[in-house]
Amino acid sequence: MKIMGYVRPNGAVGIRNHLLVLPSVVCANDAARKIAEQLAGAVWVDHQHGCAELAPDAEQTRRTLAGFASNPNVGACIIVGLGCEVVNAHGLAEAVAKTGKPVECFVIQEVGGTVNTVAAAVKAGSRMLEMLSKQEREECDLSSITLALECGGSDACSGIAANPAVGAASDMLVEQGGTSILSETQELIGAEHLLAKRAVSPEVAERIWYICKRAEEGALKMGVDIRYTNPAPGNIEGGITTLEEKSLGCIHKAGHTPIQEVVEYAEAPKKKGLVIMDTPGHDVESITGMVAGGAQVVVFTTGRGTPVGCPIAPVIKVASNTTMYECMRDNMDINAGEIVDGEKSIRDVGKEIFDEIIAVCNGKKTKAEVLGFGSFAVNRIGPTQ
Amino acid sequence: MSEGAYNALIMHENDNVATAIKDLEAGDIAIAKGESGTFEVKILKKIPFGHKFALKDIPAGSAVTKYGETIGLATQDIRKGDHVHVHNVEGTRGRGDKVRQGAH
Repeated sequence: MKIMGYVRPNGAVGIRNHLLVLPSVVCANDAARKIAEQLAGAVWVDHQHGCAELAPDAEQTRRTLAGFASNPNVGACIIVGLGCEVVNAHGLAEAVAKTGKPVECFVIQEVGGTVNTVAAAVKAGSRMLEMLSKQEREECDLSSITLALECGGSDACSGIAANPAVGAASDMLVEQGGTSILSETQELIGAEHLLAKRAVSPEVAERIWYICKRAEEGALKMGVDIRYTNPAPGNIEGGITTLEEKSLGCIHKAGHTPIQEVVEYAEAPKKKGLVIMDTPGHDVESITGMVAGGAQVVVFTTGRGTPVGCPIAPVIKVASNTTMYECMRDNMDINAGEIVDGEKSIRDVGKEIFDEIIAVCNGKKTKAEVLGFGSFAVNRIGPTQ
Repeated sequence: MSEGAYNALIMHENDNVATAIKDLEAGDIAIAKGESGTFEVKILKKIPFGHKFALKDIPAGSAVTKYGETIGLATQDIRKGDHVHVHNVEGTRGRGDKVRQGAH
């Protein structure tokens, strides 16, 4: 099956053609914002990372920022650094430049203050935007697409309707040679035995057990019951009683195909087909991690309703129940509640989601894109220093 | 209710709970549909949309089963038709509170 995408110099396929303005460190957030404000169509993100982080966190931040900017939905990138931070801006720019896409780097302490930095970056950015505007979509194979699977604000219908329908869509993409990422490790706890059985090898099964144990240890170390954090109060109000119940509903997003690989947060999968990324249940951190791992499109199921988008990747919202779909229509793309209502089958809505993925790959904007929603958050491992 | 209509779903034949897909009131007869058939249960307490009720008596300490898997343990005796939720079920995973109790 074919889609129309932007082919990057490294052969990767983008479904959007963004100019991304990315700070390497929290201290460069304001300069990055001012650059993006002067460049119509540029997207920018801010974050609280890049310095005062121990090595594992600094490495994770570097991997996430480099991966995010390397995502093929980004056609060109401006990196803004301060100069004294742990996550070096020039190093980040070199990593992104390996994709062959245009990258420019401006470091505030080197350029001589923020006024000069913003001016220089806006000049470079306007050339980049002009270049991007001339690029046309080409026919590409659907197998070049990586789909990020996310659920948030779940209710009991998520596990009954929306997640199984997304699972059917994920199976259809995998059948076409694409890649699908299951994430949110906390929400695999209690269902890891079912996932481990689907692993392609004992090593992959072992890895699934390991990441779930590592995630559970977080709650054990804090000496608290994970309940009321996960499931969250809204999940509980929506009928989910325990983490195990939530997890058993969550894993339906991953359909029925074998699990090929388990990757770390923001690490690009090496295998095609269904893979697991070790991300937290925090929706924005999880989506950021998967998009940094190369996912061009996100499908996000929700029962309570959430507006969350991603700055560089379209997020398709699937409502689990009709009441919420009607209530939050401005934020919802597809209603899987019709399964609960007895109007449609899981397969019907799965096909609807799959067709929407294709349309969005070809350029159709999601509700979150139309409204300009793009949250960004990097997962933190240890304490801030 | 018309023939074939239902107001609750059973996810797996081994489950001892069903999920209400309509708000159910005490005294209502729930019609729970699953792959192994349709079961009628007299509802004892209000069950909001999306919440669970017991398909059979669940003794304290025994497993609550949904999707054919254990989702937690009953913390008290739960009667057939009763609301099954955080007030009478606890999870067994991510229980840092239990670790701390054990350590002291």
